[in-house]
Amino acid sequence: MRVPLEWLYEYCRPDLDTQVLAEGLAMTGTEVERVERHGVDALENFVVGRVIEAGRHPDADRLSVCLVDIGTDTPSQIVCGAPNVEQGQTVAVAKPGAVMGDGTKLGKARLRGVESDGMILAADELEIDTEHVGIMVLEENGLRPGMPLQEVLPIATDVLVVEVTPNRPDCLGIYGIAREVHAATQTPLQPPPWSQDPGSEGEIEDRITIAVECPRELCPRFTARVFEDVKLGPSPPWLKARLMAAGQRPISNVVDITNYVMLLTGQPLHAFDCDRIAGARLTVRTARPGEQVQTLDGQTRTLDEQMVLIADADGPTSIAGVMGGARSEVEPDTTRVLLEVANWDGANIHRTSLRLGLRSEASTRFEKQLQPEQALEAQAVATRLMIELCGARLVPGTIDIGGPGPAPRTIRLRDARVNSLLGAPIDRERSQRILGALEFATAQAQDGLDVTVPSFRRADVTREADLIEEVARLDGLQRLPATLPSRHGACGRLTDKQQLRRRAADALTAQGLHEIVGWSFVAPELSERLRIADRPAVELENPMSAEQAQLRTTLLGSLLDVARRNLARGADTVRLFEAGAVYLPSADGGLPDEPYTVAALTIGSVRPPSWRDPQPRVADFFAAKGVLGGLLDTLRIPWSVESQTTPEPFLHPGRAAAILIDGDRKVGWLGEVHPQVAARWDLRGTVAAFEIDFDAAAGAAIATPLYEDVTSFPEVREDLAVIVGEQVSAARVLSVVREAGAPLLEHAEVFDVYRDPERVGEGNVSLALRLSYRASDRTLTDEDVAPVRERIVAALGELGGELRG
Amino acid sequence: MIERIEQIKNGAQAAIDAAADTQALEEARIRFLGRKAELPNLLRNVAQLPPDERAAGGKAANQARQALEQAIERKQQELAAAELEQRLAQDRIDVTLPADPLPAIGRLHLMTQTRREIEDVFIGLGFNVAEGPEVESVYYNFDALNHAPTHPARLTSDTFYVKPLGDIFDPDTHLLRVHTSPMQVRAMERQPPPIYIIVPGRVYRPDSDATHTPQFHQIEGLAVDTDITLADLKGTLLAFARAIFGEQREVRLRPHFFPFTEPSVEVDVSCFNCTDGIAADGQRCPLCKGTAWIEILGAGMVDPNVFEYVREHGYDPEQVQGFAFGMGIERIAMLKHGVPDLRLFYDNDVRLLEQFG
Repeated sequence: MRVPLEWLYEYCRPDLDTQVLAEGLAMTGTEVERVERHGVDALENFVVGRVIEAGRHPDADRLSVCLVDIGTDTPSQIVCGAPNVEQGQTVAVAKPGAVMGDGTKLGKARLRGVESDGMILAADELEIDTEHVGIMVLEENGLRPGMPLQEVLPIATDVLVVEVTPNRPDCLGIYGIAREVHAATQTPLQPPPWSQDPGSEGEIEDRITIAVECPRELCPRFTARVFEDVKLGPSPPWLKARLMAAGQRPISNVVDITNYVMLLTGQPLHAFDCDRIAGARLTVRTARPGEQVQTLDGQTRTLDEQMVLIADADGPTSIAGVMGGARSEVEPDTTRVLLEVANWDGANIHRTSLRLGLRSEASTRFEKQLQPEQALEAQAVATRLMIELCGARLVPGTIDIGGPGPAPRTIRLRDARVNSLLGAPIDRERSQRILGALEFATAQAQDGLDVTVPSFRRADVTREADLIEEVARLDGLQRLPATLPSRHGACGRLTDKQQLRRRAADALTAQGLHEIVGWSFVAPELSERLRIADRPAVELENPMSAEQAQLRTTLLGSLLDVARRNLARGADTVRLFEAGAVYLPSADGGLPDEPYTVAALTIGSVRPPSWRDPQPRVADFFAAKGVLGGLLDTLRIPWSVESQTTPEPFLHPGRAAAILIDGDRKVGWLGEVHPQVAARWDLRGTVAAFEIDFDAAAGAAIATPLYEDVTSFPEVREDLAVIVGEQVSAARVLSVVREAGAPLLEHAEVFDVYRDPERVGEGNVSLALRLSYRASDRTLTDEDVAPVRERIVAALGELGGELRG
Repeated sequence: MIERIEQIKNGAQAAIDAAADTQALEEARIRFLGRKAELPNLLRNVAQLPPDERAAGGKAANQARQALEQAIERKQQELAAAELEQRLAQDRIDVTLPADPLPAIGRLHLMTQTRREIEDVFIGLGFNVAEGPEVESVYYNFDALNHAPTHPARLTSDTFYVKPLGDIFDPDTHLLRVHTSPMQVRAMERQPPPIYIIVPGRVYRPDSDATHTPQFHQIEGLAVDTDITLADLKGTLLAFARAIFGEQREVRLRPHFFPFTEPSVEVDVSCFNCTDGIAADGQRCPLCKGTAWIEILGAGMVDPNVFEYVREHGYDPEQVQGFAFGMGIERIAMLKHGVPDLRLFYDNDVRLLEQFG
């Protein structure tokens, strides 16, 4: 909301610099986004002038050369382009040195050879109107040439741009902000502008009938007054200037009054042309299903049964609290005005505005829940202005259906509670003073104060905690000590799982992988590129773009995206990982499953090339497997891989494996990305990656390793070369060896692989195994090991394996 | 006999001394101590000496052989060391050539690094770390956090909703959480007071510019006990601000409004880039825009209405009270490390990743 200080100061004028005032408001709960300047600057150069002479410019038909008395010994010569300039007019003059609203500084000028010592001003040049219709002619009315213009017109003001929080609809009006300034600065507050109401209560005879037929809670109050002999015309400059500074365009006096009163009181008003109300009867009712209204913006709106409208004998004229209709608007020939000021149910206005996709200045105010009292306050201010500015005659009486809101609430504010919630006492007198400044009534009670909430804070302040906030924001916060909780028995630590997650990331960075943070959002087209379009994904109703319409089901997409981006920017290897959730829709309509997933991807050489090794190997399946092993071994998660019978669709079918935990529990995949899939990311070489459901795997981590003796007795090592068929996997060979060698065989691994049809036979492979034996109670001898070795050889024989000599 | 032995010994010693390299030494060894040499032969033939010469001759020959062996050994070491030095001196490398590269270590993302830093501060202050779902229900994201039906954050312009979308006011409707706050209620449902948790995690809002991305990360804090005060919130956040931004920091609380706290505050930390808003170069500080304070988070005392939603789990608002806060991880990282644009966090340029973590 825009708060022109010139306007605010009518009600509360602290002797403070604007920035200091803004800071004071911010520190007491009224956030000032920024301070703006509205109007002109270098004000000493703006004065009242009187046109002594207005003659033709010798060389320009449209220009006049004027002599203007600006209170100095010799009048100024000013060239003026306005057609309406005439001798004898009282005008606004800018002298050289004046700074205009757009920041330009006025100098002496020569216009078609004639010197001009300043400018006769139009209203838009002073930013008190938007229309440029010739110079502004002031009413003479006691004005003397040379008087400072700022004493006559509000030509410049600072404007506070205030962010009003949703709980404070009372601050949606200038007077509401004045109350806050008063409370924050202790500057006296003038009585509210509605304290004198020229109107009267009672029926309005014969002119109009109003019926409220909707449920009372949807329309707690509906008021109307009727004005006759209304003379439509422009508003006076002071009012236009205030509207402009507050961000509203002046239109005509009646419409301007409704806007002005709304900006001042927070309460929207609506002016009907009384003679255009068909049947002289307004009915407030809920809409019939599908009922249509043509709103002021020319659109036809279709309503539903919860929406409230105002109808006359010819049907709906406006959508209550949201927007008026075209049919009964005030027009230039209007002479009788019905001023409607009503109170509506905020939630219902919000719903209506949402459903219709129609937001207005009125609806954004009503939906924050205004109070019924505000309706008559606005009527009082508007009535005075209608009489003063439109020459209107008020028809006695006020239609008032619903009346004021519920009786004010009284809440006990306990001294002890203030202290225990804030952690510092605020003494009772202080609280009383603060609450009094905020117009809360207080009475002494045994353990505190009984506080009565003013009507304009009825929705916001309903509990003791709300009162504590009021005293704290105006006083306690700045003086609050900084203490720490006493933490009865609380003790902070990461859970085992959280520690494992951290160690996982550390294990991956230690292996040279950079962590990335990808988007949870993906394009639906991603799953097609990854050939997993058949897998269900969580879809968004209102994504920011089609690129972000789904949630990811794999981390591979973001890894590929980031890899491509970095390669395009000149990187030649990328080694990346991401750790985070993927989102798997639940079958039963519940919230999706969000398993914490870790994935890694590597492209390019396994280590940087150098002069010693200009072409290091390219990272492939086994490089990725090494990273996976480095990760899982670090965390002491026993793991294995097996060839995938039905590989992930995005993987090279011959280079794809399932990651297994606990022997047979599949927790992820490992492999090289299918070249055609990689090509969709413009990736030509080998792309090796893995992805693992981390929390599922982490369950198998050995959290507390137990001591194993490896130092008391030495191990016995030997190597074996065995020739097996290609179809026998290394894992199978090792598993057979381990089983046969138990318990003395401590360790077995493949350290060489050899293929040569001549020497090991077609379709065969020779695996070189390194075996080590150890006993926990003695040093092993050849006699101990020999039978174990025989068992191993026999078991290999059953696999079709044959020792190589 | 003795004389002869002395002669041989002197001759051999001279040859040993004269040997210029290990090969010459080896030749000398063969000549004087080899199988066919005179001295070993003398020793072998001691038995054939006349008995009165046998003892003295044998002893002298043996001593001579031992002396020569020792001399050769000494000379051998001398020569070998000299030859090694010579070889090494010739084995000269260009020490200025590049090193053998080890695989470079990787880096944690700045977001993770910052998240851990913040987590560790609060763990030290007695908080545990809890995590909750990112796809949430309207109930936990709005209703149980005391958001009025008219609260603007509920609109589809401010919140991502999940398909199929029925009514955005239905408590069971699914959305992407707009803050980590839903976990306040979930945590209180799971655990009676006292509770001290922080909740790091991803959150989502439809917004995109230099300081907003549709996805970002927050850390929520919640402390509920019988006697938690607003002053405790201030002290806790002061400890946090000093740990993250430096020991000289101060914090101040500014009144604000959040539906789920009362009183609500915004928390500013004193600017660490300037003195009273004036930067080192004498210009207005660009970080705090000359205000000397930087807003870092929103906080407040848990609203009694929130406790009403978990009253049956031990949270009677007359018996317990607590504070809650929520901060953006990226915002903290941007302030601390001078990152100018939030979108850079999701660009994942390796050259940027390498700078942190």
